[in-house]
Amino acid sequence: MTAPETESFESLSVESAAVLRQESAWQRVRRNGAVRFGAVALALLIGIAAAAPWLGTVDPSLFDAGSRDLLPGKTGDITTLEGEIIRHTFFMGSDSYGRDIYSRVVFGTRVSLAVGVCAALVALAFGIVFGLSAGYLRWLDGVLMRIMDGIMAIPAILIAIALIAAWRGSLVTVIVAIAIPEIPRVSRLVRALVLTIREEPYVEAAIALGTPPWKIMLAHILPNTVAPLVVQGTFICASAILVEAILSFLGVGLPPDIPTWGNIMAEGRVQFVEYPHNVFFPGIFLAVTVLAVNILGDGLRDTLDPKMAKRV
Amino acid sequence: MHSAAQTGEVTLTPGSEGDVTLTPPGSAVLEVRELTIALPAGGERATAVSKVSFSVHRGEILCLVGESGSGKSVIAQGIMGLLPPALPVTGGAALLEGEDTTRASPERLRQLRAARMSMIFQEPMTALNPVMRCGEQLDEVLVHHTSLSEPERRAKIIATLQEVLLPDPARMFAAYPHQLSGGQRQRIMIAMALVLDPALLIADEPTTALDVTTQAQILKLIADLQARHGTGVLFITHDFGVVAEIAQRVAVLRLGELVELGAKDEVLKRPRHRYTKMLINAVPRLEPHGRAADTDAPVVLETRDLDKTYVDRAWFGKRRNVAAAKRVNLSVRRGQTLGIVGESGSGKSTVARCIVRLIDPSGGEIHLHGEEIARRSHGDLRPLRRRVQIVFQDPYRSLNPRRTVGEAIMEGPLNYGVPRAEALERARRLLALVRMDAGALERYPHQFSGGQRQRICIARALALEPELLIADEAVSALDVSVQAQVLRLLEEIRTEFDLAMLFITHDLRVAAQVCDHVAVMHQGVVVEYGAAEQIFLQPKHEYTRALFAAAPGRDFAFGRA
Repeated sequence: MTAPETESFESLSVESAAVLRQESAWQRVRRNGAVRFGAVALALLIGIAAAAPWLGTVDPSLFDAGSRDLLPGKTGDITTLEGEIIRHTFFMGSDSYGRDIYSRVVFGTRVSLAVGVCAALVALAFGIVFGLSAGYLRWLDGVLMRIMDGIMAIPAILIAIALIAAWRGSLVTVIVAIAIPEIPRVSRLVRALVLTIREEPYVEAAIALGTPPWKIMLAHILPNTVAPLVVQGTFICASAILVEAILSFLGVGLPPDIPTWGNIMAEGRVQFVEYPHNVFFPGIFLAVTVLAVNILGDGLRDTLDPKMAKRV
Repeated sequence: MHSAAQTGEVTLTPGSEGDVTLTPPGSAVLEVRELTIALPAGGERATAVSKVSFSVHRGEILCLVGESGSGKSVIAQGIMGLLPPALPVTGGAALLEGEDTTRASPERLRQLRAARMSMIFQEPMTALNPVMRCGEQLDEVLVHHTSLSEPERRAKIIATLQEVLLPDPARMFAAYPHQLSGGQRQRIMIAMALVLDPALLIADEPTTALDVTTQAQILKLIADLQARHGTGVLFITHDFGVVAEIAQRVAVLRLGELVELGAKDEVLKRPRHRYTKMLINAVPRLEPHGRAADTDAPVVLETRDLDKTYVDRAWFGKRRNVAAAKRVNLSVRRGQTLGIVGESGSGKSTVARCIVRLIDPSGGEIHLHGEEIARRSHGDLRPLRRRVQIVFQDPYRSLNPRRTVGEAIMEGPLNYGVPRAEALERARRLLALVRMDAGALERYPHQFSGGQRQRICIARALALEPELLIADEAVSALDVSVQAQVLRLLEEIRTEFDLAMLFITHDLRVAAQVCDHVAVMHQGVVVEYGAAEQIFLQPKHEYTRALFAAAPGRDFAFGRA
């Protein structure tokens, strides 16, 4: 081919003329309305949890016999641990012990968020290990997946109740008990992803380049599972927050002296007809939190993983 | 033939007005006038299609040619009223027998589709409903558009199935799409499109997903049917071979603009626009390059009776053996290119994957510089892996989306203990070699086009300084102009590094351009193997001859008046 022809070749080719302005995944995520809404709501909740002592709260375990069953907005006395009596406005009323529901709900945010995030991280960590092993080591696949199928056959809440009954309730046991039933789902997802990704030409190219298997796993396969796992993580987080509230409400979760939304609701249940605020305020916080996490997850799924968005 | 553009229709092809035309004025089935379709804001350009005008006459096939992104499918969707809301028609009209379909109501469009205009698509499997029998899908068209009774409909469907030359129409009527071959499915699609005898048929790359021999049959079928029924056909394709085979007139699109429109011979032999000239120049000739190959060069790769059998082990039921490659004997010498040519399922990629040891051969030997590698364990194989590298077909899946181009190219050298600084230097040099900017090192694959990514893949394969480079359909997914560039690059690299190259392709034109030797594979067996000259000029095996006969536009001299 002659030189002038070559020149017109490159300049006329449609491909080289087109400027690629494809957005990165991160840019798409930032523009997504659902992600923005969920992230702002969640940031607000995290802020509340972090700044709980400075938000006009008192120690959530303080009570005062004189301030029992106050309606929201009423002012009453409360006795501090030092025996000092202070005036306090009960924004959300008080319960039958005279404890400030507002303080309890705000401090309860800490527990709920901690349980949600930690349970999601624990489930993801184990799920990734099991899923990668099952997907890459074919001989382990059958055994591992049948165990996972077994766990999935038992309702999650039953497993959690049984585990907590065996260990006694503390923050760590609750987190682990909630995370364990989620592990099979994550393992299955990771395994399915590994099985698809290992057939991708870029993985085959890496094999041809002499890349050792462990490096293929960590450098090529694992990073490509991140997007769907982040999405899955948010859904686990939302469900863990709910399950924690359910466990507390049933009285099998954290001890009743620790303020969690489930505990507050459980205590308020008996007086629900006269004093609905006992259940209403923690209920609203729980609903908003779960909604925010789910909306964030939906937004992430739509932007990070369009294929999964169609499937679900 | 209706070879001339109508007066005033195009200003791009002066001279065509003087041609003798048999088309009576006003018999255009489709008249597209200054059609403009917008793209969403912030895209690569403002319009997908801008001010495109052409017409399709009764009994005429107009080919709409263009590279990817030229807007050819968008025009088809615009005419059919199938555009997504993000791509609105902002100007012009598409007149189907005088009626503007771009402004028709959804109700009216439903009446027009299938009855007056119909469309066939590239993928017949996805265009057909997998859970409905083929006959029922055809019946649906008749139920909605005619008042025929059930026996009448059935008779009409059987007659149509006969007309598209499907064997055993009664059986086809009751078959599900997955029970048919790709070619048969496309015939069902054609039957469905033509059952109501529409005035206009739009065929959007209808043969792109088919093998070359099937493609030839489908092209002949479309040409026969349209001649018999006098249908106007708008045939969309990227393949100039197909254009040469089927078109009466040709319209060339570039980035949403019509750059040339005229009779087939005019456009293909005496193109006027620079872009058309470039495209036609890029079409590889279907004749061997005639470069003499050195017969004394050392043999780099040799396979002896290479076998690959897939065993289908079901829990219950019989074991099934599928022989993907049978007794394959090939050899490649240094500095030369061996082409493996065949249709899908012929086993050509299986052979390549066995040689790279991405899959384990079930029998036979592979010698790389005299060293047997077919039986080595993966651990023992590692030192030898660097000698054989592979470039795959799909540039969009060949690079890890989460790693930068630099990391991709450096991966191989780093695996073999090359210090990072040196690997980086090598990556820079290789990028320059494949004519890319060193700035690409820091970027991610999604920022590059298909052709650029394929260059990156080539650079990655070269980073280990291999002795054998395998190109597995490496240019098949690329547009013709980009394909020509990549082919030229591969050719330069082969000469510069004195590489042995194994070039796997289904495209005879591409094979003719690059191969010194050719092996033709069919159903896992090498049916003919020899020097490219001999295979292309005097094919001996009947399958090879059938393959050449099916190559679209084989007798057409592109760009030569």
